[in-house]
Amino acid sequence: MRLFNNRRFRAILYQVLVIAGTVAVGFYLVSNTLDNLAQRGIATGLTFLGREAGFDISESLIDYSAADTYGEALVVGLLNTLKVSLIGIVLASLIGTVIGIARLSSNWLVARLATVYVEGVRNIPLLLQLFVWYGVITALPSPRQALAPMPGVFLTNRGLRIPSIDWNPAYWVVLASLFAGLVGAFLMARWGRRRHEATGQPFPAVLAGTGLTLGLTLAAFVLIGAPLALEVPELSGFNFQGGLVLSPEFAAVLAGLTIYTAGFIAEIVRSGILAVARGQTEAALSLGLTRLQVLRLVVLPQALRVIVPPMTSQYLNLTKNSSLAVAIGYPDLISVANTAINQTGQAVEGVAIAMAAYLTISLAISAFMNWYNRKVALVSR
Amino acid sequence: MHPIKTVFAVAALSLAATPAMAGATFDAVKAKGFVQCGVNLGLHGFSAPDDRGNWSGLDVDLCRAVAAAMFGDSTKVKYTPLSAQQRLPALQSGEIDVLARNTTWTLSRDSANGLNFAAVNFYDGQGFMVPTKLNVKSAKELDGATICVLPGTTTEQNLADYFRATKMSFKPVVIEKNEELTSAFLAGRCDAISSDGSQLAAIRANETPNPADFVILPERISKEPLSPAVRHGDDQWLDLVKWSLWAMMAAEEKGISQQNVESFLTSNDPDVKRLLGVTEGNGKALGVDEKWAFTIIKQIGNYGESFDRNVGKGSKLKLERGLNALWTNGGLMYAPPLK
Repeated sequence: MRLFNNRRFRAILYQVLVIAGTVAVGFYLVSNTLDNLAQRGIATGLTFLGREAGFDISESLIDYSAADTYGEALVVGLLNTLKVSLIGIVLASLIGTVIGIARLSSNWLVARLATVYVEGVRNIPLLLQLFVWYGVITALPSPRQALAPMPGVFLTNRGLRIPSIDWNPAYWVVLASLFAGLVGAFLMARWGRRRHEATGQPFPAVLAGTGLTLGLTLAAFVLIGAPLALEVPELSGFNFQGGLVLSPEFAAVLAGLTIYTAGFIAEIVRSGILAVARGQTEAALSLGLTRLQVLRLVVLPQALRVIVPPMTSQYLNLTKNSSLAVAIGYPDLISVANTAINQTGQAVEGVAIAMAAYLTISLAISAFMNWYNRKVALVSR
Repeated sequence: MHPIKTVFAVAALSLAATPAMAGATFDAVKAKGFVQCGVNLGLHGFSAPDDRGNWSGLDVDLCRAVAAAMFGDSTKVKYTPLSAQQRLPALQSGEIDVLARNTTWTLSRDSANGLNFAAVNFYDGQGFMVPTKLNVKSAKELDGATICVLPGTTTEQNLADYFRATKMSFKPVVIEKNEELTSAFLAGRCDAISSDGSQLAAIRANETPNPADFVILPERISKEPLSPAVRHGDDQWLDLVKWSLWAMMAAEEKGISQQNVESFLTSNDPDVKRLLGVTEGNGKALGVDEKWAFTIIKQIGNYGESFDRNVGKGSKLKLERGLNALWTNGGLMYAPPLK
């Protein structure tokens, strides 16, 4: 009895009980599933991943054909999910920041328009927005009546086609100069900051860095003789062939996810900026800083501390919401997993793989954002 | 329809206690007093609800026939509308007793997925439908086409197989819901839509603004024997489902219909006597009332009547009997002897 009154002992006891309970429930679920599956003669295991998938996928970042395996098909789906999520996160952050700042604008019209945007998009279900975007895009003319806003650019209900540049081995030189330019710009910016801190003389790091990078790249391009072979899309048979293509499904999913999430991000940015006391801006202005400098040097660094943690949730939401893509035919992980589940009948494994993939992506985003959060957090010097 | 539902079905498989084996489904259905039948979310001619929520169709008639044989009352059915992805887990987990949802009989479903197929109630084949103005006459002209296709079926695989075999290329657009897929096709997102011939006919008849603007190409690229299915482990239940269907075919073969079935009760044909339970034995063997087949014919009709009413002459689909005619008329519908 006396042992039970010991707080430390009790704490450990409860923890052990909870862990034992969780393990027992987990064990029951797993073993009961396996029992049921075995009893009904349903195949189990992951060997199906090595079998030929036998179905095609409309867009893929890697080479894929129906002769490849289920495992490869799932990787194609995963890459498509990552592609739309990453581009969506970047675009939503940019648009959301602009809208968030616009909502605080002293210009009445700009502020109201931003308010209408935010209240509109975040109060309409995302699925509905996806259907609208998909409907708008598929209402474009057919390939035989394609819109051609510029020579070589075709807009149809099969997507946007633009000319692509034929790869030339000499382009490696250009890529190398681009890389050298970026490294040079980074080193120059660091030198400029040190000098600024030591002597108080400012250095236009952004301007100089951009100039250096672009200059080096262009110089290299001209040096190799500026070879440029364009592959222009051409109408042949049912559709345009050649060039780069942006599919209607990808465009609709990207537009839907970006515009929806940007509405939430705008509010987060606004709250972050409002969290910085007005006096700070006034003090900075009275020191003679320009509006842009005030925003960049005083307001944003403090606002980011408020903005980053809720932003993480929005990035996670966007990634998980990308699974709605299945409704309008974008071949994301869920879409491919659904087909695999149906052809193999191995629903338990298929759903488990999809869950594990989303969990891994989400944890990776969380880890990155937590690292970034620590970096912008208040540091005591 | 939604991945969430698949997750629930999987969860049901994890949580449900292991059921007892022989006769389990048969006895459970008898005890609860109705048949829980898994059907399509809405496919005209096979299973679709009307504006008052009454289900009808060829697959629905199979559900009603089983209920008529079991309870003497074809209304003792509850319907569970299922998407292509949900249907197998729903049957495996015991959520439904019989799956009558235009499901293709394949080796892997019959073995690795733990199902037993009863008997084919519709012989189908996958084909293509294109807008008439595209001026395509044959599937062989579809090289490079974009094709709308429903996921989670054998359809996607057949399509890839066909294009591989004929060394042509295509781009699939895979959309989960029938309506969304059809509207993408009608909007011109795809050059062709590919599905089972009967489904294409249903889409053409019911969902296009003008059916004459669309043409179903002559090629059939796959064999799709559609059959009701039950899960492994209850042979008595499997027997009842398959003989309920065969009784309808046997009735058509003997010329027995919903209207004239009573006049056949006095027939001298020993086959007819056995079918209608005048000579006893079949009912006892199946574990149901001796009048089981009589009830099916009386309440639902024979196979030909069901076909005409739902997908044939008397319906909007206007499908020919073709492979689905009786073997005596050059088709494949053939009931083993009911003795």
